Amino acid sequence: MSFIKEFWEFLKVRKKYWLLPIIFVLVLFGGLIVLTQGSAVAPFIYTIF
Amino acid sequence: MTYILGISAFYHDSAACILKDGNIIAAAQEERFTRIKHDPRYPYNAIEFVLKFANLKLREVDKIVFFEKPFLKFERLLETYVAFAPKGFVSFTKAMPLWIKEKLFQKNLLFNKLKSHDEKYKTDENIFFSDHHLSHAASAFFPSPFDEAVVLTADGVGEWATTTVAVGKDNNLEIKKEIHFPHSLGLLYSAFTYYLGFKVNSGEYKLMGLAPYGTPIYEGKIKKLIDIKDDGTFRLNQKYFNYATGLTMTSNKFNQLFGQNPRNPKNEKITQFHMDIAASIQKVTEEIMVKLAKAIRKEYGIKNLCLAGGVALNCVANGKILQEKIFENIWIQPAAGDAGGSLGAALALWYIEYGNTRKVNLNDDMNGSHLGNEFSQEEIEQELKNVGANFQILKYEDLIEKTSKLLSQEKAIGWFQGRMEFGPRALGNRSILGDPRSDKMQKNLNLKVKYRESFRPFAPSVLREDLPEWFDINVDSPYMLLVANINPNKTIEMTDDEKKLFGIDKLNIKKSQIPAVTHVDYSARIQTVTKKKNNRYYDLILKFKEKTGCPVIVNTSFNVRGEPIVNSPTDAFNCFMGTELDYLVIGDCILDKTKQNPDLKKDYTKEFELD
Repeated sequence: MSFIKEFWEFLKVRKKYWLLPIIFVLVLFGGLIVLTQGSAVAPFIYTIF
Repeated sequence: MTYILGISAFYHDSAACILKDGNIIAAAQEERFTRIKHDPRYPYNAIEFVLKFANLKLREVDKIVFFEKPFLKFERLLETYVAFAPKGFVSFTKAMPLWIKEKLFQKNLLFNKLKSHDEKYKTDENIFFSDHHLSHAASAFFPSPFDEAVVLTADGVGEWATTTVAVGKDNNLEIKKEIHFPHSLGLLYSAFTYYLGFKVNSGEYKLMGLAPYGTPIYEGKIKKLIDIKDDGTFRLNQKYFNYATGLTMTSNKFNQLFGQNPRNPKNEKITQFHMDIAASIQKVTEEIMVKLAKAIRKEYGIKNLCLAGGVALNCVANGKILQEKIFENIWIQPAAGDAGGSLGAALALWYIEYGNTRKVNLNDDMNGSHLGNEFSQEEIEQELKNVGANFQILKYEDLIEKTSKLLSQEKAIGWFQGRMEFGPRALGNRSILGDPRSDKMQKNLNLKVKYRESFRPFAPSVLREDLPEWFDINVDSPYMLLVANINPNKTIEMTDDEKKLFGIDKLNIKKSQIPAVTHVDYSARIQTVTKKKNNRYYDLILKFKEKTGCPVIVNTSFNVRGEPIVNSPTDAFNCFMGTELDYLVIGDCILDKTKQNPDLKKDYTKEFELD
């Protein structure tokens, strides 16, 4: 939680709110990579083999 | 008592330092302990060392400060990728997983790593983050002998800044202006280092050493890559470069401009073309540095200059600034690269953030850069016994007498004394020494001891009081960061035939009374030695002078190509047995190669990856 707070403070000081959506997507995909231990697209593809 | 731990890590040259009430107690680079050159990993061993040296547990350290701001760096990365998109996608996919997994959460990463030093270290509330170039500027100003100075820093890139100008007065330091990525003098120099087939981040010295063999005929072409203004500020034309988004330094357009692809060091030799390219980029670098220096001298009207950042290790450019007499005094941080960032971050916290008063030390606060590990005579003897060395212990006077005599007999000597140096230069505590008067010393040391390219020059250590008699400068250069010329009365005039020689053929001409430290352009990277800064080393050179009339000796770092400078007596012994060094002097012990057990000899050439 402290990370999110600090990062929000950073965006406020730098006035770089437009970075937020990019970071959001990156963290989302990053999280998926970590969770699935592989490709980020894997959860969205129907495995046929 | 307030203790501050400074850390630089995760890019190259990880290091740690400790301050006690603002005084620099100890500092060391991680590479010296792990034996991996430019080791970028978390500096576990360096931190252990500085804590042990200060007799501290981590929980007793008041503040911990990292040398740069990861969030800002991340911002720069994202904005660069957005600006160049869709170019750079491959680089993006390589960089982002690393950031999302680890680098973005650097505070957490640091905290977890720090806990391994002390299980009772419980909170991350005392971890702070400095700014990359503020750390450099602080490392240059606060230990300097000036109460007021203008500070110029230049390197590859930190967060956004690549070049900054700051003004320091007493305990305050303020960055006044910056040049931002991708416009970078350090990266320009590194692009050419890459183009010449040397390793980026370590081969820059080779480029600088190669430059005097060439003629700067490509200066005009280089100026197509870079737009230099009268005040030294510049912009790089990104069409010619690939570092912002790609995985190489230069682009095809760059190669087309110069008419050749980057040199492949595995199968391509260095030719006159490469020497001319080196000479040209060195000349342009000097022009920028001199113009920047002139502009800031005029703008701020301050007579003292401090330098730091990787570009400040370009001692030839530093020498040019000195020669032009732009500033009355110049001081350069000996650990000008990222390792020194750990020191600057800690000093910035102590002075700028906490506003502590600063007392200027006219001899500077770096303790001759001798801030690293040291070993007692008992520890040295024990280590030497453990490795099976055959050694003799001599009284101080006898040791100096014998070593100077061996030097005068053209023996190559490993010299290991006192505390290790902080920064890339060996300054007489972890050095290989030789007789500069010898015709064959440069070639021998390069090929048989250091296993490096024959064109690379060696530096002289000279007694401070004898400096003006031998070289055309008369200022202190204790950290080997200034280049000057050998005085004409010590040089040997070239014959007409010799003058016609080109490139590497010039190497074999005897150019002065001290040929081993005279580069092809009669220049030398000077280290001045005083009794106050290094008593033992001073006494040795003085004795050598008494014997030979020459107050100069060859000083090169105690390592082979690709190896970090030796840290312990065991490292020194291994290097001694793996090379053609004749003698090794550690503390009061002296080792003769001919008296060592031949079974202990090593094939040292394959021990380290060539840089």
